[in-house]
Amino acid sequence: MESEILRIENLNAYYFENQVLKNINLKIPKNKVTAIMGPSGCGKTTLLRCINRLHEISPGGRVEGKIFLNEENIYEMEPMIVRRKIGMVFQRPNPFPTMSIYENVLAGYRLNGIKLSKKEEERIVEETLKRVGLWDEVKDTLRKKGNFLSGGQQQRLCIARAIALKPEILLMDEPTSALDPISAAKIEELILNLKENYTVIIVTHNLQQASRISDYTAFLFLGEVIEFDKTEKIFTVPSDPRTENYLLGKFG
Amino acid sequence: MKKNFKRIIKDRLFKITIIFLSFFSTLPLFLILFYLIKNGISSLNFNFLFNLPKPVGEKGGGIANAIVGTFILILISSFLSIPVGILVGIYLSENKDKNLAKILSLLIDILQGVPSIVLGIVAYLWIVRPMKHFSAFSGGVALSIMMLPVIIKSTEETLSLIPQSLKEASLSLGVSYYKTLLFVILPSGLSGIVTGILIGISRIAGETAPLLFTAFGNPYINLNIFKPVEALPHLIYNYAKSPFPEWHQKAWAASFILILIVFILNFFSKWVVKRWKVKF
Repeated sequence: MESEILRIENLNAYYFENQVLKNINLKIPKNKVTAIMGPSGCGKTTLLRCINRLHEISPGGRVEGKIFLNEENIYEMEPMIVRRKIGMVFQRPNPFPTMSIYENVLAGYRLNGIKLSKKEEERIVEETLKRVGLWDEVKDTLRKKGNFLSGGQQQRLCIARAIALKPEILLMDEPTSALDPISAAKIEELILNLKENYTVIIVTHNLQQASRISDYTAFLFLGEVIEFDKTEKIFTVPSDPRTENYLLGKFG
Repeated sequence: MKKNFKRIIKDRLFKITIIFLSFFSTLPLFLILFYLIKNGISSLNFNFLFNLPKPVGEKGGGIANAIVGTFILILISSFLSIPVGILVGIYLSENKDKNLAKILSLLIDILQGVPSIVLGIVAYLWIVRPMKHFSAFSGGVALSIMMLPVIIKSTEETLSLIPQSLKEASLSLGVSYYKTLLFVILPSGLSGIVTGILIGISRIAGETAPLLFTAFGNPYINLNIFKPVEALPHLIYNYAKSPFPEWHQKAWAASFILILIVFILNFFSKWVVKRWKVKF
C-alpha cells in the first residue's frame, strides 16, 4: 500500500444517543481517490464530516476515537486548522451568494485574513479556475456574482474555492448528485485530475461513479466498514457477501 | 344541475366577499390621506418646513424644530438598538434549541407588547431623573427599547432562512465562527435586516407617548442630545389639543409630513428588498 495520509482509528460517532458510526478503522492513501459507498443512512456523510470536524456543528454530534492526519490527531488540533488542511465540497453547489466569482475563489484567503498582493490574487484565481476547467467560461465575468452560473459551473467554482487554499485532503459529499449527466462527467474528469496534487475522499451513491474514478473503495453498511480495498477488487471479487449483494442491487 | 348552480353561486359570493372586505380594510387609509391633504395642504409651504414655530396670532411659522428633533431621535434610537438588535437576532437564530434562547425569545415577545407610555416612564426613571432634566437622549432610549424587538425578530427570521450549507462552506475553509457569521451569513441576510430596521424606524417615528416626559419638546432647533428636543408627533399632539384654529391647521400639515416620512421609509424598504435580495 502507498503512503497513507489519514488514519482513522476506532472511530465511533453519535448524534445524541444514536450511534451512527461503529468502530471505523481506515487508512486513506495519499494522492488517491477513495470512494465511500453504501446504502442511504449508513453513515457515509457522517464519516466524511467527522474527518473535518464538521459534525461538531450538528446538534448532539460527538465522536470517540482518533483520526490522524500525517500522524497528528485532528481531534487534538484546532478545528479551524483541521478544516484548512481538509477542504470540503458539498452535495449542492453553495458558492457565497454575496461574492463575485473572483471573490469566491479567494474566499478562503480573505475570510481567514491572509493578505495577498493584487498580482498574487490574480495568479491564484487564474490558476485555480484553470485547474477546475472554468477559466475559459468565466474569465470575462469574474466580477459577476457566482449564482449566475449553471449548477455544474457553480460546483466547479466550489471545488476551486476549496482547492485555492491548497488543502491536503479534499472531501466530497456526493458532488455530482444534484447535477445533470454532462456536468457530472466534467466533475468526474476533474476529480481524476485532482489526485496528482490532492487526496480525494468522495462519498457517492453512484456505483458506476465509484468504479470509474476511485482507486480504493470503502463499503459502509449500518455504520460499519464492511470492506475496504482496491476498487477493482471490491467490484470484481468482493470478500463479503453483503458487499456483493449491494453491488448486485439486492438492497440499497 | 341545480346543485351545481348553487355551488357556483356560493363560490362567487365567497370571492366577492373577500374582495369587498379587502378593499374595505384599506378605506381608512384613503380617508386619512384625504383629510390630511384637504386640511393640511393650505399650510404646507417652504416656510412651514424650514421655519421655527411662531406664537399664536402671528402669521407663518413652521415645524423645522420638530423635523430636526425627530431625525435626532431616530438617530439616537437607531444607534442604540441596531447593533444590540442584530447581535441578539444572531444569537437567537444560532441557538434555536437552547433553553436560554427560548426564554429570551419569549421575553422579547413580551417587550414588544409593553405599552409605549411605560417605556417613557422607564426612560424617565433611568435617565431624566438622575440627570435632572429632559433630553433627546432619554427620548431616544425609550424609542430604542421600542425598536429593539422589531430588529431582533426580523434579524432572527431572516437569518433562519439562510441555508446551513453556506455556513458549512465557510467553516470548511477554516474560517472562524465569528467571521463566518459577520462576513458570510450577515451579508446574505442584509436585505431582510435592513428592512426590519426601516420598519422599526417607521414605527417609532410616529410615537408620542414615550416622548411626553423624556424628549419633552422644544420650540427651538436643538442639536445637543442632552437637551430637550421637539418631535413631530409630540408637536402634533400639542397643536391639536390647543384651542386655536390656525394651530389645528398646522397639526394637520405636520401630520401630513409625518405620514410622508413613514411612506418614504416603507417604499425605501420595499426597494431594499428588491435590490439587495440574495438568491441562494
